[in-house]
Amino acid sequence: MSDPLDSARAIAAAVRSGSVSATEVLEAHLAGIAAHGDAIAAFNHVMVDEARAAAAAVDAAVARGDDPGPLAGVPIALKDNLCTRGVPTTCSSKILEGWRPPYDATVVQRVLAAGAVPVGKTNLDEFAMGSSTEHSAFGPTRNPWDLERVPGGSSGGSAAAVAAGFAPIALGSDTGGSIRQPASLCGVVGVKPTYGLVSRYGLVAFASSLDQIGPFATTVSDAADLLGVIAGHDPLDSTSIPDAAADLGPAVAAGRNGDLAGVRVGVIAELDGDGIDADVRAQLDAAARAIEDAGGHVATTSVPAVTYGLSAYYLIAPAEASSNLARYDGVRYGNRVEGATTGEMMDATRTAGFGDEVKRRIMLGTYALSAGYYDAYYGKAQRVRTLMQRDFAEAYASFDVLLAPTAPTVAFPFGAKDDPPTMYLSDVCTIPSNLAGHPAMSVPFGAGQDGLPVGVQVLAPTLGESVMFRVAAALEAAAPLVGRAPHAAPPIGGVR
Amino acid sequence: MPTPISRDDVARVAQLARLTLTDDELDRFTGQLGAVLDHARDIEALDIDDVPPTAHPYPLVNVLRADEVGATLDRDEVLAQAPSAEDGRFRVPTILGQEP
Repeated sequence: MSDPLDSARAIAAAVRSGSVSATEVLEAHLAGIAAHGDAIAAFNHVMVDEARAAAAAVDAAVARGDDPGPLAGVPIALKDNLCTRGVPTTCSSKILEGWRPPYDATVVQRVLAAGAVPVGKTNLDEFAMGSSTEHSAFGPTRNPWDLERVPGGSSGGSAAAVAAGFAPIALGSDTGGSIRQPASLCGVVGVKPTYGLVSRYGLVAFASSLDQIGPFATTVSDAADLLGVIAGHDPLDSTSIPDAAADLGPAVAAGRNGDLAGVRVGVIAELDGDGIDADVRAQLDAAARAIEDAGGHVATTSVPAVTYGLSAYYLIAPAEASSNLARYDGVRYGNRVEGATTGEMMDATRTAGFGDEVKRRIMLGTYALSAGYYDAYYGKAQRVRTLMQRDFAEAYASFDVLLAPTAPTVAFPFGAKDDPPTMYLSDVCTIPSNLAGHPAMSVPFGAGQDGLPVGVQVLAPTLGESVMFRVAAALEAAAPLVGRAPHAAPPIGGVR
Repeated sequence: MPTPISRDDVARVAQLARLTLTDDELDRFTGQLGAVLDHARDIEALDIDDVPPTAHPYPLVNVLRADEVGATLDRDEVLAQAPSAEDGRFRVPTILGQEP
């Protein structure tokens, strides 16, 4: 009987030592997906063949005496906007249904090289535009805590897959909160790294000055390990920061030991008031007390520009999306609807291929960039972005990290936020970090009155991942136990 | 401050974005885009003309690589994913409104 294989770290240690095979670990996870996958609908595509081949390769390496890597035999779920060579990559859009990319994203190459086993491509709001997965062309993902509620989004499939035990770790992308908000709603850890720390080569672009890839995990240390694997310079992404890497082990260890001595934590006043549910505020207060108990200094601080984050984001992100999504024209990849001329073919292809939310954002962005409106909308939003960076810089002169809710609410029922501006409010606490390019992460911290998980968000300045993970690990160590999601697959453990 | 987005504005923007909208969609999208743009009014009112714009959060300039031939995607593999291809090229319908 081996130790419970309840984390990526435990699985990798067991596989590297030979006490369990990657194939045994994979088959246990595939059995969980077979039994519970349809109820959650986390995956657009389960990569059974590729996963078995990858697991066999890990086992062969162990048999040879080679080290398969830090993620040896660890099942991983991949958001379906990350390119996987020869494996369908849809962005949950009809326009890319059936497309098989001719290359792997850099992050996919890196997790495979580290020994991870890719179990499937996860559902998302179409082209990552949304906060609930309700905008997926293939139907929504369900929250493993309550099947009548959304998992959040846009990376809702990855968050639900981890919460349901289909894989201990996953990758998502975060443009305005698309990793952190679903992590909060599903009760798992979700990290948006510093802009430029992780290569976006092979991430299907939504808003290029905001998009960042990051990890989901059930523990802070697993998230740190996964970030360590995917971080680092990539010449194929011109926004990749040279010489940046993430060795977070010592920081996580300090936090787990409850050591926040001397760490200064500011609670963002503008995100701790109107519009934030009482359940969420209660857990935020409890998290602040836990930080003080661990020796940290907590005070309220003001970051005035976060008030304008939502408005600026919903001009900048659609503007960039309208440009990025111009490439879906039925010529080079994806689906085509025929027309008499190339122009008619393009119109018909885009009209049939995009869902309503994608059309709304493309039109919004086209409008914000059009002659006569550019200065008033896009130009103004870019100036607000400067204000955001200035106000954060002022706060970080006095604090090492900032604390805020991740999402204003716990997981909400399907259809509850049908009106676009109401849905957009789901991202009010996460958007400021994207506009500033800063790292931020969501850590599960207790539950609301109805038992649904609550996340708290730790924000840090550029390349401040180390202190961010230290505080996150301390919060994890102090968090009230909420147990396992009721609709999760049974835990994997004692495989042998 | 710009005037609220009109139905004609939405029709023009849809045409620029190569989207064809039905009359019902035009009505619905005009209302929805107007509601989102209403939220932008709080930043329109800010007096920040002297604040420089930020286009990109982490300033990197002149990102260059060595001028060396590297690996590229295989042409046949790429064209195999195209909706239509011929003679090693992407194939599209006529572009000038007349038969080739």
